[in-house]
Amino acid sequence: MKSRVPSLILSRLLIALVTLTIVSFAVFFATTLLPGDTATILLGQAATPEAIAGLRTAMHLDEPALLRFVYWIAGLFQGDLGTSYANHVPVATLISGRLANTLKLAGLTTLVSVPLALTLGITAAMWRRTLYDRIVTVATIGIISVPEFVVATLAVLVFAVYLKWLPALSFTYQVDSFAGLLRAYAMPVVTLTFVVSAQMIRMSRAAVIETLNTPYVEMALLKGASRPRLVLRHALPNALSPIANAVALSLSYLLGGVIIVETIFNYPGIAKLMVDAVSTRDLPLIQSCAMIFCFGYLLLITAADIVAILSNPRLR
Amino acid sequence: MTNLVEIRGLTVEATTDSGRWIQILKGIDLDIAAGETVAFIGESGSGKTTAAMTLLGYARPGCRISGGTVRVDGRDMASLSEKERAALRGTTVAYVPQSAAAAFNPAATIMDQVIEVTRIHRLMPPDEARRRAVALFHALSLPDPDGIGDRYPHQVSGGQLQRLAAAMALIGDPKVVIFDEPTTALDVTTQVEVLRAFKAVTAKRRIACVYVSHDLAVVAQIADRIMVLRNGAVQETGSVDDILTRPTHPYTKELLHAFHPDTGGRSAPPVGDAAPLLEIKTLSAGYGPPQPNGQPLVLAVQGVSLQVKRGTNLGIIGESGCGKSTLARAIAGILPACKGDIQFDGRELWHSAGQRSREQLRDLQIVFQHADTALNPAKSIEDILGRPLTFYHGLRGKARDARVDALLDMVHLPRALRHRRPAELSGGQKQRVNFARALAAEPKLILCDEITSALDTVVAAAIIDLLKELQRELGLSYIFISHDLSVIEAICDEIIVMYRGQTVETIIPSARQQPQHPYSQLLFSSVPKLDPTWLDTLNSDADRMRVA
Repeated sequence: MKSRVPSLILSRLLIALVTLTIVSFAVFFATTLLPGDTATILLGQAATPEAIAGLRTAMHLDEPALLRFVYWIAGLFQGDLGTSYANHVPVATLISGRLANTLKLAGLTTLVSVPLALTLGITAAMWRRTLYDRIVTVATIGIISVPEFVVATLAVLVFAVYLKWLPALSFTYQVDSFAGLLRAYAMPVVTLTFVVSAQMIRMSRAAVIETLNTPYVEMALLKGASRPRLVLRHALPNALSPIANAVALSLSYLLGGVIIVETIFNYPGIAKLMVDAVSTRDLPLIQSCAMIFCFGYLLLITAADIVAILSNPRLR
Repeated sequence: MTNLVEIRGLTVEATTDSGRWIQILKGIDLDIAAGETVAFIGESGSGKTTAAMTLLGYARPGCRISGGTVRVDGRDMASLSEKERAALRGTTVAYVPQSAAAAFNPAATIMDQVIEVTRIHRLMPPDEARRRAVALFHALSLPDPDGIGDRYPHQVSGGQLQRLAAAMALIGDPKVVIFDEPTTALDVTTQVEVLRAFKAVTAKRRIACVYVSHDLAVVAQIADRIMVLRNGAVQETGSVDDILTRPTHPYTKELLHAFHPDTGGRSAPPVGDAAPLLEIKTLSAGYGPPQPNGQPLVLAVQGVSLQVKRGTNLGIIGESGCGKSTLARAIAGILPACKGDIQFDGRELWHSAGQRSREQLRDLQIVFQHADTALNPAKSIEDILGRPLTFYHGLRGKARDARVDALLDMVHLPRALRHRRPAELSGGQKQRVNFARALAAEPKLILCDEITSALDTVVAAAIIDLLKELQRELGLSYIFISHDLSVIEAICDEIIVMYRGQTVETIIPSARQQPQHPYSQLLFSSVPKLDPTWLDTLNSDADRMRVA
């Protein structure tokens, strides 16, 4: 009974792989169910039936869906995401720049929001039922309730239009220094931080309070431990797994769910790319974006599960 | 001359759901000298734990110390600031919790938690603290004292954790230690070892102890004086001898009486009845996926045979994990046995309850230990009792109502309770409802699985009396499972001792038969007696047996 951790982690990774396969299946067939014929849309209303038939053959559209799925998966494994229907550029080229942008924004938001949210959540739990706790709780509920487009629009209105401190559009601004980076990313990052932090604050507060009510924390109190010690040494290690899950769920939003923020700040991220792809019926691009979102989501959730496994002494 | 602990006019208040404060300790006075052990005794809800915790300057969330002084070593714990109290906790006053298993942080090693007091109060360098802890582990006769500290709490047994919790309390060299029901969750055989270890260590260091318990016999072994509490007020305080032999207060007398359950009051079992009601032959049952040989992975009951004659009672006794509850579940068919025969009323029963006929199910009822979890909290008592009436007897409407009333009468509950939900009843009342539900089926045999274990002595004694009375009236048979010998002796005609899934001995109490098997001897000798010298004079043969 040495340690079950390696086998548990391995099985968790296997589950992730199986999930990814199922998801790829779902993504492919969901996109093929989209109404309208791709060849007709690409060639326009005036195209001759012969031209459309020719294009269909060239794009393998006349072959069975299952076969196309196999082609597609095989391509994915070789790093070939296919060619965009709309502008005949390899999907990989289209995505790479956008993905980097999205990851940059998500990374910056993570750096700001996770420490902020955890600190607020844990300290609120530590001073439970005090004025501080009430302020944090009310503020988070308030922030959850305000839709992100309102936050983003207000931010633009105040900081860009009236105060003129920050550029309204992130992308047009050239980033050449650290101060420049701050100016370009301040508003989208703050808006996203608002959106993702609230859930993390509430979950970490609840998880820590849950463990603070256990007999072993009472025991530590009766050993003379101070409040920070109670929370940091006794409660937090046992609350790690629900907190990790809350963080993972919140962060997964930063990949695919930021379309509104990207639109308002005209930020060229991957979510915007996908929405554009839907309007041009660019199937390979839609599929690739969807796969990236699912992959990121699975990565985060699996990471949270692994943290939960590692933090459980019973499995050591 | 001032005492180490002086409590004067102590009152504690608790807040109710409506936000009012009500007094739960009503003016307590007590002195404890250095090296003296005082026991707080009383039923659950009497305020004994609350009173003991005030010595730490602590009241559980929702409670507050509202008046009086609690002077410990010259300082009033009630009026100190939180920071000053924290400085005294662990160093002057230490606490040993009721459930050590819950009081250890699952995410830290035992050693880290045992020496945490020295780290918090900066008493000594960690290495010295570790050496001290190991010395304490030796003194508390823990197995593997040098290595046990590196383990996590879940890797250690309950009895060991309880002793480790004592080590955790003693490491800071406190002057007063509070033991909060430290052996209640343990088997009697383990309890003896733990009590011995506590007694030896505290006597050697001349530590004053407050020992909270509801078990008079345990208290008699360990205390110098006893304070009897009820409803937050002191009923009686006196030396152990006085309380045990010359109790003055009626409640104390009731407590003492409950300790000697009535063994009489039952009609003599019918003799010469040839056909047994229940006969079990080489029954095996267990848990886990079936193995290639057809047996489950863990075999909890191995080849048990027993007989219950009509109108008689069979007791099954053994320590936790010996398979006694599994046996009950196998007889009831909840956990189908993997091997063996169950004959009931002359007919062979299926192993699985799902295949038994409704009539067979009706004849054989089971009552579970925890009425709290066995009764659906969302249903009224009426619904709970009415369901088996409709299921087995097809009763509806007025007939059903009348029968529910009759059942409540039978278990001595007021009829007005029928509209309440389980959460609105006391522990004893819930157990009565739990039992009435089994009676509703009009069974021939009732399996009682530790039905008195979660109850106070006085309440448990009342339940036992009820069981006897119903047996007289309805001619029932019981299989009574318990780890408490006195309860079993009070009601059973025959006792089976189980150990590691097997029956080791059958004893007939009325024949004054002495146990023969080493394990039953150990079990019977481990049951605490009211005699204060019992623990000290307890035959050390028991220790030899333990090794064997």
